[in-house]
Amino acid sequence: MKHLLTTQGLSKDDAILLLDTSAQMAATQSRENKKLPTLRGRTVVNLFYEDSTRTRISFETAAKRLSADVINFSAKGSSVSKGESLKDTALTLHAMGADAVVVRHSASGAAHQLAHAGWLDAGVLNAGDGMHQHPTQALLDAFTIRRHLVGNVGDDGRGPDSSVGADLAGLRIAIVGDVLHSRVARSNVYLLHTLGAEVTLVAPPTLVPVGVETWPCRVSYHLDETLEQWQPDAVMMLRVQRERMSGGSGAFFPSPMEYSRKFGFDARRLAVLPDHAIVMHPGPMNRGLEISAAAADHPRSVIVEQVANGVAVRMAALYLLLAGDDSTGSTSSNTGSTSTDERIAL
Amino acid sequence: MNPGSRMPESSAPPSPASGTVPSAAPSATSSPASSAAPSRDPGTAARTVLGEADIARALTRIAHEIVERNKGAADLLLLGIPTRGVQLAHRLAERLAQIEPTFSGEYGTLDVTMYRDDLRRQPTRAVGQTVLPGSLDGTIDDKVVVLVDDVLFSGRTIRAALDALNDLGRPRVVQLAALVDRGHRELPIRADYVGKNLPTSRSERVRVRLADVDGGADSVVISEVASAGVSTGSTGDASTASTGESEATL
Amino acid sequence: MSSTPSSTTYVLRGVRPYGTDPVDVVLSDGVIAAIGAPGTIEAGEGQGAGAVVREIQAEGHVLLPGLVDLHTHLREPGREDAETVFSGTRAAAAGGFTAVHAMANTTPTQDTAGVVEQVYRLGQEAGWVDVHPIGAVTVGLGGEKLAELGAMADSAARVRVFSDDGKCVHDPVLMRRALEYVKAFDGVVAQHAQEPRLTEGAQMNEGVVSAQIGLTGWPAVAEESIIARDVLLAEHVGSRLHVCHLSTAGSVEIVRWAKGRGINVTAEVTPHHLVLTDDLARDYDPVFKVNPPLRTAKDVEAVREGLADGTIDIVATDHAPHPVEDKDCEWASAAFGMTGLETALSVVQQTMVDTGRMTWADVARVLSENPARIGRISATQGRPIAVGEPANLTLVDPAATRAIDGRTQVTASDNTPFQGMELPGRVVATFLRGRATVLDGAVVDGPGNGTGADGKTLEGAAR
Repeated sequence: MKHLLTTQGLSKDDAILLLDTSAQMAATQSRENKKLPTLRGRTVVNLFYEDSTRTRISFETAAKRLSADVINFSAKGSSVSKGESLKDTALTLHAMGADAVVVRHSASGAAHQLAHAGWLDAGVLNAGDGMHQHPTQALLDAFTIRRHLVGNVGDDGRGPDSSVGADLAGLRIAIVGDVLHSRVARSNVYLLHTLGAEVTLVAPPTLVPVGVETWPCRVSYHLDETLEQWQPDAVMMLRVQRERMSGGSGAFFPSPMEYSRKFGFDARRLAVLPDHAIVMHPGPMNRGLEISAAAADHPRSVIVEQVANGVAVRMAALYLLLAGDDSTGSTSSNTGSTSTDERIAL
Repeated sequence: MNPGSRMPESSAPPSPASGTVPSAAPSATSSPASSAAPSRDPGTAARTVLGEADIARALTRIAHEIVERNKGAADLLLLGIPTRGVQLAHRLAERLAQIEPTFSGEYGTLDVTMYRDDLRRQPTRAVGQTVLPGSLDGTIDDKVVVLVDDVLFSGRTIRAALDALNDLGRPRVVQLAALVDRGHRELPIRADYVGKNLPTSRSERVRVRLADVDGGADSVVISEVASAGVSTGSTGDASTASTGESEATL
Repeated sequence: MSSTPSSTTYVLRGVRPYGTDPVDVVLSDGVIAAIGAPGTIEAGEGQGAGAVVREIQAEGHVLLPGLVDLHTHLREPGREDAETVFSGTRAAAAGGFTAVHAMANTTPTQDTAGVVEQVYRLGQEAGWVDVHPIGAVTVGLGGEKLAELGAMADSAARVRVFSDDGKCVHDPVLMRRALEYVKAFDGVVAQHAQEPRLTEGAQMNEGVVSAQIGLTGWPAVAEESIIARDVLLAEHVGSRLHVCHLSTAGSVEIVRWAKGRGINVTAEVTPHHLVLTDDLARDYDPVFKVNPPLRTAKDVEAVREGLADGTIDIVATDHAPHPVEDKDCEWASAAFGMTGLETALSVVQQTMVDTGRMTWADVARVLSENPARIGRISATQGRPIAVGEPANLTLVDPAATRAIDGRTQVTASDNTPFQGMELPGRVVATFLRGRATVLDGAVVDGPGNGTGADGKTLEGAAR
């Protein structure tokens, strides 16, 4: 696997490998010594054009737990704010010998361009590009869902994760909120579908993109109906950006109160769900808008665990991007009679 | 991961004669218990050096040696190195439980993938599980750890295992059991318990087959790497270090 | 125009006017001097002693009236790093054009008589094609106040086409006033139909692809709603309206309806909208970023059909050169537009002629006669191929194919969406008032081309 740019087109085998590797990474993170020597001597650059302390720290932690050298390159106070182009920044990182670049950018496609425009030969890990994709978020969501709804969670993480190897067949996931602008929604729709889950997007029609009909999911405009009649196993709430509701005639819904009434998740709506169902949110939350404090802090909320799992998933992604033989690239061959069971040809 | 299915190292001379005299036979514990005649047919590439009964006897002997060396089985922890080392640890644990009723019969798995020194020379390896017996409560501190692997070769896998152990805790002592020691060490590592010392040439492949993992009967087979250029080509790597100790089972 | 007629006489052997039966054609003193059956015309016939005569063996090649582009961005003044009047018109000649209309969105804007006269003069000095500046509808393309349309019309540039292209004249009152005002001098407003509020931050066609790849959508309705409004306004005030670069199936329907109603509307489509679709955005290569955006296969089919049945009157290039840095960057920061002068005829051949939907006479209609008529330059351009007519001609080898490479294009910019593609047809020669601006498929730098270079290429090329 040379790059991780999108979940669209990620094969089921690769997706499960990422989740299984995440499970092994997670197991190491309950140890006293959490650091592994695996990526010693490799350099990971966190290239963040958007402020996202949470995601950057998660990636930084993941890289450091694998003993990689980490360079943080954020847009603020850097040459980027002086007008340097993405291309020139990429050339600089290339010259510095970056092995992997974790990129967060407000422009959809920025990660794809870094990977394919010929500016750079490092592995590229998309940490969120515009409204397009945020694959590690979807992977950590799928990982969290798998642990809770397929495997046996509740232990301290030391034991083997009994969900290793499993997909998410038959599970029902509702993704609720601003789908239109959400890279989290896009990433999750494709990944969860690939893993065999059923997905329903729930949003006001203004926040569903034109063209959604080709996505492998259902769309509903009614949260209560979806919860009551469809009985999802997990409900994933999306963050609603404040600016979406204050655009004057361009606002996407009449008022925060109306949004909250119709699409906010609270204890009342939680009570409608099956007993095993979990509540998720990629963070940061707008408490009182898309999710109530009671729902966010409920025992069935796994929001804090999502954050913890983020480190393991990002360790797995970095491992699978960087641990292999460079020269075999993204299509390591399985030639000859060698068994494939430890060779990963992503 | 599954270290039992790696290709043999590709540093072998391009075309060793099939009748190569084994070099540098290790001198440690030699097993006279073999009942399968280690006959070599010059016309074929493979010969069986240990049969099912040989392997069973070797394991039984090792179990006794472990108890003898450690004066019982107190604090004993068997950790198998995937894939076949785990199965061997399981069999050793059964034997130990028979010999020493106080021994729980538990054993663990120690995945060493993330500690290997050859990650960048290989296609990406899947990471395996490390599992400690539940009764340990997650610590190996002050345990008598016996690492169990199928074939001891360059020593690099054991080096990785020692590093992995280090991250899990601080055992009182670490010992090593291997079903086969085929020589050609590249690090100052030796086994405490050996099923059979097997003089080999570097161009040979040693394959351990275990019924529970591979199907069929237990056996240890030596084969020449036929036309080395072809069958090792897939690793594309000329380093002796790259393939660890276990040999491939297909 | 003013350039002196060529002193060389050209005899085109075996050419097929509008793709019909072969004839020999003689070009002399800036006009078509003779047309006759093959072999019936002597090379030196009617010429004085010492006249330079060049014969061009062109059996099977198609002879068309010189192409006329109603929509070219020459970038000068202001963005000479992307293109100049000289380099852009030289590229036009290479593409078979003998006249271009230079869009108004320069810096400063072509919104005064002074600026349009400057561009007009630069065009004359360059000498590659006739350059007809387009005047801005509003001051600085600001969409707030009418520019001095009359002054531009009365200037030496004789502006007849007015457009805020790049921006839409979205204020309905302003649009009405502009439509009415230009009637005084038989002008036309060429509208860039894009409802601004519906396209804030828009990056590509809104649809299946934009939904997947997360780029802000530019909905078809933002184009169609403006066209619908404008044809009704044109009907109401009895004015002439031209719709720039129509790109959607719905737009074709509206124009078809308007024409059926007798509304005086003309419409253009670009070569790229005849063949490329929004799927090309998937790799985020900004060379495919253009305004209006590439649409869907259904829209491509609709504009082809509209062009074939006459609903769409012309093909215009919307040639939009950009420096490398404006395309070698993130999609969202990249400039809109693609070069088109040198590929337009090939794309029309591929999509319309080779598919059997249009004849070469139709090509002459949509790439020469109609645009000349809309731009009110029919006195000199888009003329019939007949004896006595100005020798503004394009000679095409329809059997040739060529691989497109932006770096070897004549235009100063590289941004072609057809990079690496094989396209049919090759412009073998272009004649501007009898002077060969292109011969043997290569531009001919001559004394009239503003560089002060000696004229060896022109006369030296003749045997």
